[in-house]
Amino acid sequence: MRYAGLPMRELSDRALSTATVRGASYADVRIVRRLEESIAIKTSRVEGVASGETEGFGIRVLVDGAWGFASSHRLEPDEVDRIAAQAVRIARASATALRHPVVLDDRPPAHGTYVTPLVEDPFAIPLEAKIGDLLAADEAATGVRGIAYTETSYGARREWKSFAASDGSYTEQTITHVGAAVEANAIEGDDHQRRSYPDAGGGWNAGGYELVRGLDLAGAAEPLAEEAVELLSAPQCPSGRSTIILDQNQLYLQVHESCGHPTELDRVFGTEASYAGTSFLTPDKLESGFRYGSDLIDIVADATAPGGMGTFGWDDEGVEAQAVPLVREGIFVGYLSSRETAPRIGRRSGGAMRADGWNRIPLIRMTNVNLLPKPGLSLEEIVADTDDGLYLSSNRSWSIDDRRLNFQFATEVAREIKGGKLGRLYKNPTYTGITYEFWRSCDAVGDERSYKMLGTPNCGKGEPGQGGHVGHAVSGARFRNVQIGVGKW
Amino acid sequence: MVAERPTAGTWLGLAEEAIELAATEGATQAEALVTADDSALTRFANSEIHQNVAETNVQLNLRLVMGRRVGVASTGRLDREGLRAVAEAAGRIARNVEENDEFVSLPGPLRPIPDLPAAFAPGTAEASPELRAEGARAVIGAADDAGVTAFGSFATTTEAIAVANSLGVRAAGERTTSQLIVVAMGVEGGSGYAEKAAVDATTIDAAGLGREASARARATVNAVSVEPGDYPVVLEEYAVVDILDMLGYLGFSALAVQEGRSFAEPGRRVGSDLVDIWDDGADPLGLPMAFDYEGVAKRRVSLIEGGVCRDVVYDAQTAARDGVESTGHGLPAPNPYGPFPLNMVMGAGNASRDELIGGLDRGLLVTRFHYTNPVHPKLAIVTGMTRDGTFLVEGGRVVGPVKNLRYTQSYLDALAGVEAVGRERRCVRGFLGGAVVPAIRIASWTFTGGTEH
Repeated sequence: MRYAGLPMRELSDRALSTATVRGASYADVRIVRRLEESIAIKTSRVEGVASGETEGFGIRVLVDGAWGFASSHRLEPDEVDRIAAQAVRIARASATALRHPVVLDDRPPAHGTYVTPLVEDPFAIPLEAKIGDLLAADEAATGVRGIAYTETSYGARREWKSFAASDGSYTEQTITHVGAAVEANAIEGDDHQRRSYPDAGGGWNAGGYELVRGLDLAGAAEPLAEEAVELLSAPQCPSGRSTIILDQNQLYLQVHESCGHPTELDRVFGTEASYAGTSFLTPDKLESGFRYGSDLIDIVADATAPGGMGTFGWDDEGVEAQAVPLVREGIFVGYLSSRETAPRIGRRSGGAMRADGWNRIPLIRMTNVNLLPKPGLSLEEIVADTDDGLYLSSNRSWSIDDRRLNFQFATEVAREIKGGKLGRLYKNPTYTGITYEFWRSCDAVGDERSYKMLGTPNCGKGEPGQGGHVGHAVSGARFRNVQIGVGKW
Repeated sequence: MVAERPTAGTWLGLAEEAIELAATEGATQAEALVTADDSALTRFANSEIHQNVAETNVQLNLRLVMGRRVGVASTGRLDREGLRAVAEAAGRIARNVEENDEFVSLPGPLRPIPDLPAAFAPGTAEASPELRAEGARAVIGAADDAGVTAFGSFATTTEAIAVANSLGVRAAGERTTSQLIVVAMGVEGGSGYAEKAAVDATTIDAAGLGREASARARATVNAVSVEPGDYPVVLEEYAVVDILDMLGYLGFSALAVQEGRSFAEPGRRVGSDLVDIWDDGADPLGLPMAFDYEGVAKRRVSLIEGGVCRDVVYDAQTAARDGVESTGHGLPAPNPYGPFPLNMVMGAGNASRDELIGGLDRGLLVTRFHYTNPVHPKLAIVTGMTRDGTFLVEGGRVVGPVKNLRYTQSYLDALAGVEAVGRERRCVRGFLGGAVVPAIRIASWTFTGGTEH
């Protein structure tokens, strides 16, 4: 790989030296090369196949307590000098509107390497073999009578990155993520129904092509498409209050939006206020032991969890991967944090700073925010334990207010539950609530047998925008007295 | 601070070099797109600058065609070795993919690329970190004067785009964009918003935006709850942009029509007589763009005229499918999402802001929407929240702030209910680019829930 041929250490040392000489009290530099491959199949037609690579470096400096960051795609010594100087100049401009100089927590200098464990290198699998796997799935869905169009997708990303800081830290990491999914769409008049597998987010996780093989897309596609067609003639989801069970394909996004984001400590301190908003989980709630959910709710941000897209060796400011409890037995106990934010609540960084490539600064991002399983009932057994309610599967849309309180989700499908058995389909299901009221209403969480890791490859945050790859392991859960069937249909 | 920037012509030369290399790989057609960005963004929160970034980036995207087989590869390595590698990668893909029987051709030179001097402003291209910091300080000063706290960002971007293809398309140009966003918050829970997008960053009145957002923040203190339900509304420009963007995303694309997932049908009435929406890359009130990412000159496309659906936007692939010419709305290949209108404009009406609000007997004035998402794409049913300034209006006068509300509303029904359109318009940056929009009054909007602030 060309990456390995680059004088990474020399370029990093040069960046740090230039920044320091020009006045930085702290500097770090990340050199990143990202390789991506994507395949898009539409209705049995190979619509787009692409490979892409981007490489460059970003230098982050502290001058007079203020941040500056500059980045470039040109990995050359003179450009490193120019960008380091630019970062320092930007930091000096920041200092003209600074009220609280930045203080970073201490951490031991980071050293080492990390590589995502995988079995089959996705970039080594022949392209025609991958296309063949996808076409088999897509054709199985397309062949179902009533299907208007299908979309089958594959993506792989590998990122090599080095991190060096003026405190002597130096790490190298190779992270690999893959995703594959099939989607079937049925359309009749003004109605449009969709079903997707393994989830609506593209089926991403950390690992190799073995993950794609394990999905058995071709086996899932036909019944999936049949259900999309069946939804066209299904009754509209009723309105009212109901018991609902969220399967893993919906619950992971519920965790993402209503626990992951509100526990980002930068958001809590207002640094995302002009874009995505703030958070209701203010530090006083940490001190008071705020009840976030029922006793069954244990949520942890675990950057060491196997297979998650938030798994790494060190975050992008050199803090070692760790598992940070966010909610323990329903009580709010912790945040996703950084070296800058954690000291403000008297803690050490939880290692959640992640940047979307060489040209973005690290922000506090989710790692793998997991709802831990509870011994007792599998997801299927929770259904069997439910007299009356709805079983909601696969996200269709999501929205939550700027403090992460009022949420509304739509799923692709709902099934009626009567007497512990799944019954008829409902289309256009929606549910809504207030975050802590919802989580307090949880009276069953699936056990290890239903526990699985899912990924969100499109978590948006920051200005300029950054897309995050994050993970969520969940097992499905039941909630009581939830508002369903929102709006006029 | 700004380094010597290569001209768009330089990037065109690079694109031509790439398509020559594609020919050596056996390409029957080839297209190279070069995008070169110099962008910077200064972000402030709690009335201080907390993030401040800059980026220099160039990316070359090569679409290589062998008969009906297409491969796409991209790279940031622009030396000969890098170009050769990207041509080899695209060729390898093209040789190994199935034929796409719907692929007809890359676009040829359809019409001249217009010269759009309004698309570029030296004031933005040369914007320094000091200029952006000065803007941030002006906003913060206005917030200080009002006793509130300022949050926001000031972004400046210079983008060069060059496209060359083997059929003779040659397009190159530079454009600049800038945007200042302000959210002001008071200690008692009030919050307000203001925004301006412009080609020329030096035309943005930072202090004025700071005062606008701060005034809203002060006016929203001690908001009260109102019951969800149907209310007539006046939507400020910052909210209207979401309606245009969402309809553009869901329906104004030829691909959405071809796949049967769009509401748009020529001749179908979806709005009141007062609704005119079009896409115009040449409009100097917006963020102009002369050509698309396939090198095709942008055509003005009427989307809704007098409330009736007219046309949709096309790229080369969707145009070939319908036997028409591309309207110049293609995105970088490969693009399974189809063309999008990136320069939407809504026609101005004749109502002043006071007249818009004065027409509400009992309704709500909404500053902006937050986190909107389609619940049912074909019906254009969207959910989202209000944010940073929601007010109760009674007897044609604003009587006080209300807590934010969730809505679940068909945006098509909203267009049908447009009763009045503002005579003033703003350039606001939505998720599909810069849009030129007025404030509007709508007969009914369905609010379906509330929150605590």
